[in-house]
Amino acid sequence: MTAADLNTGTGGLKIRGLHKHYGTFTAVDGIDLDVPEGSFFALLGPSGCGKTTTLRMVAGLEEPTAGEIMIGGKDISRQRPYQRPVNTVFQSYALFPHMTIFENVAFGLRRRKVDGVDAKVKEMLDLVEMGHLAHRKPTQLSGGQQQRIAVVRALVNKPKVLLLDEPLGALDLKLRRQMQLELKRIQTEVGITFIHVTHDQEEAMTMADTIAVLNKGKVEQMGAPVDLYENPRTAFVAGFLGQTNLLTAKVVGTSGDVLTTDFHGIKITMPVSRMAATTQEVEVGVRPEKIHIAELGEAPVGRNVVDGVIIDASFIGVSTQYVIRTLADAEEEITVFTQNSSTSLRRVGETVSAYWHPDHTFGLHEGAWQEAEAAEVAS
Amino acid sequence: MTAVKESDPYAPTEFRPKKVGFGRWVREHLVTFFGILGLLYLFAPIFVVIVFSFNKPKGLFNYTFTEFSFDAWTGVCDVPGMCDSLWLSIRIAFFSTLAATILGTIAAFALVRHKFRGRGFANILIFVPMATPEVVVGSSLLVLFVNMGVPLGQLTIWIAHTMFCLSFVIVTVKARLVGLDPRLEQAAQDLYANRVQTFFRITFPLIMPGVVAAAMLSFSLSFDDFIITNFNSGSEVTFPMFVWGTSKKALPPQINVIGTAMLLIALFVVIVGRAIGKRRAR
Repeated sequence: MTAADLNTGTGGLKIRGLHKHYGTFTAVDGIDLDVPEGSFFALLGPSGCGKTTTLRMVAGLEEPTAGEIMIGGKDISRQRPYQRPVNTVFQSYALFPHMTIFENVAFGLRRRKVDGVDAKVKEMLDLVEMGHLAHRKPTQLSGGQQQRIAVVRALVNKPKVLLLDEPLGALDLKLRRQMQLELKRIQTEVGITFIHVTHDQEEAMTMADTIAVLNKGKVEQMGAPVDLYENPRTAFVAGFLGQTNLLTAKVVGTSGDVLTTDFHGIKITMPVSRMAATTQEVEVGVRPEKIHIAELGEAPVGRNVVDGVIIDASFIGVSTQYVIRTLADAEEEITVFTQNSSTSLRRVGETVSAYWHPDHTFGLHEGAWQEAEAAEVAS
Repeated sequence: MTAVKESDPYAPTEFRPKKVGFGRWVREHLVTFFGILGLLYLFAPIFVVIVFSFNKPKGLFNYTFTEFSFDAWTGVCDVPGMCDSLWLSIRIAFFSTLAATILGTIAAFALVRHKFRGRGFANILIFVPMATPEVVVGSSLLVLFVNMGVPLGQLTIWIAHTMFCLSFVIVTVKARLVGLDPRLEQAAQDLYANRVQTFFRITFPLIMPGVVAAAMLSFSLSFDDFIITNFNSGSEVTFPMFVWGTSKKALPPQINVIGTAMLLIALFVVIVGRAIGKRRAR
């Protein structure tokens, strides 16, 4: 098998029992992943969670302590980086400073002695509308332009899997948003499997079809962005992907698909499938934007209702953020985001009913709020 | 915003610089003044070398400027023995540069890229030959060669020169290697370049300026060395030794010609190097 016919054929990426130890430190602690062919996959997690190490092991720049990395059913974990059908977009772009843009993009093709280098490079440069910069040196380009070149330099080789190591980290916010959409467009256009490493949950949710949330070298939860956000199965995921409210409650029973919990005498219900804990003591979660506020006692029937006093109201323009201290337990607070569709704001000190649909409720194990808070800080 | 009305209260007031006093002028030009003074200090001896290469001295010593002439330039090798010593010096400088640059570059790679026990200590040891007085190095080497039974001659000069150039090469190349982002080499390997291709297409071109600088430094150090060479040359006479030996009985202007020529070559190399550097950076 030569390098030239590496990049033909199909197949997604499959990782089984991947471990990486540095002395006594465990960077990656048994990761299993299945990335279907042609998908946009994100590895999301705080710094030090092992996401970059995982990516580097797929690229061959780091040797796994144990485990299998398979592309199209073939184990590549012992191959050299230049023998693997993957290409990487590095965090700092790693463009070769002594070569022109054209030569940078042509580098991989020339090493594999592919025919028609000129046409292929031109085609790729046109894909990102940078054909006119072909004879410049990397230092003469802006950050966004360098980023595009780094992407095309990898893509021109038509890898089976493209690895992106926080490629947007060095760009400013506006450019980052723009590049997120552009990367998504390119991925749809070329149909190559993208694996994107990032610590930015919004970036991951905007771009990826599937996200694997990593923490301490393990996969916390994997799924579509909506599933992860709406139905987090662990406290870490709940906290890392946006804000969350967690109330300590007791499970009192299930009837059919409905699970009922008790929060200081208040019944809070949710679908059975959304409860991740099996113990009696649990934490009941709901996202702040799912909660509505009504006058005391005027909440609609069939909702989960918690009464409380507004202790803080911050007007943010498009929305208002309220903090409500529950009447049942003065230790518990609920954060609510409301759209500013009406111009009248509620005042601090008002006693109100906060309510939400049972389907928006999720359940986590006891003590989850501490982990969720830590994850929120890390995100 | 083409015409601003004269009555416009927001119109900018005209800028009137204060009258420049003499004291202020001196203060503003003090740095320039000392800069020029410093340059003069640096270049006065070199200027003398060039001027006296066009001299036609009355006696044997090129001490006073008597007459302008190209004689020394047209008859460089007229001084018996000088050109032989010059070729010897160039030959030795060339081969010690070659050996020191290759060995030093390899050593620099080991010291930067590989983690091994005693690396920190090795990095300090590199500076020891540079810090040791040349007289000590020269005499110690002589003792070593005599004890090992190595006949003194071109070989011992070459060994000695390679040795003292090595430290300078390692330090220079190391500085360049430290600044080289290892991700560039990883990117090359990711783009299907094997290790040999990665070295010749990425690593070497990028550390090239450091290697060239190290080689030029080695050449000039070797060419100009007197003290260490004097101990270990046996019957061989290098150019610096020739100048020293002849200065007792004569100081022909041809020596100044060699000096001026070396200066011009060095200038040329530096200018070409800068031009290439600019093109590469473009």
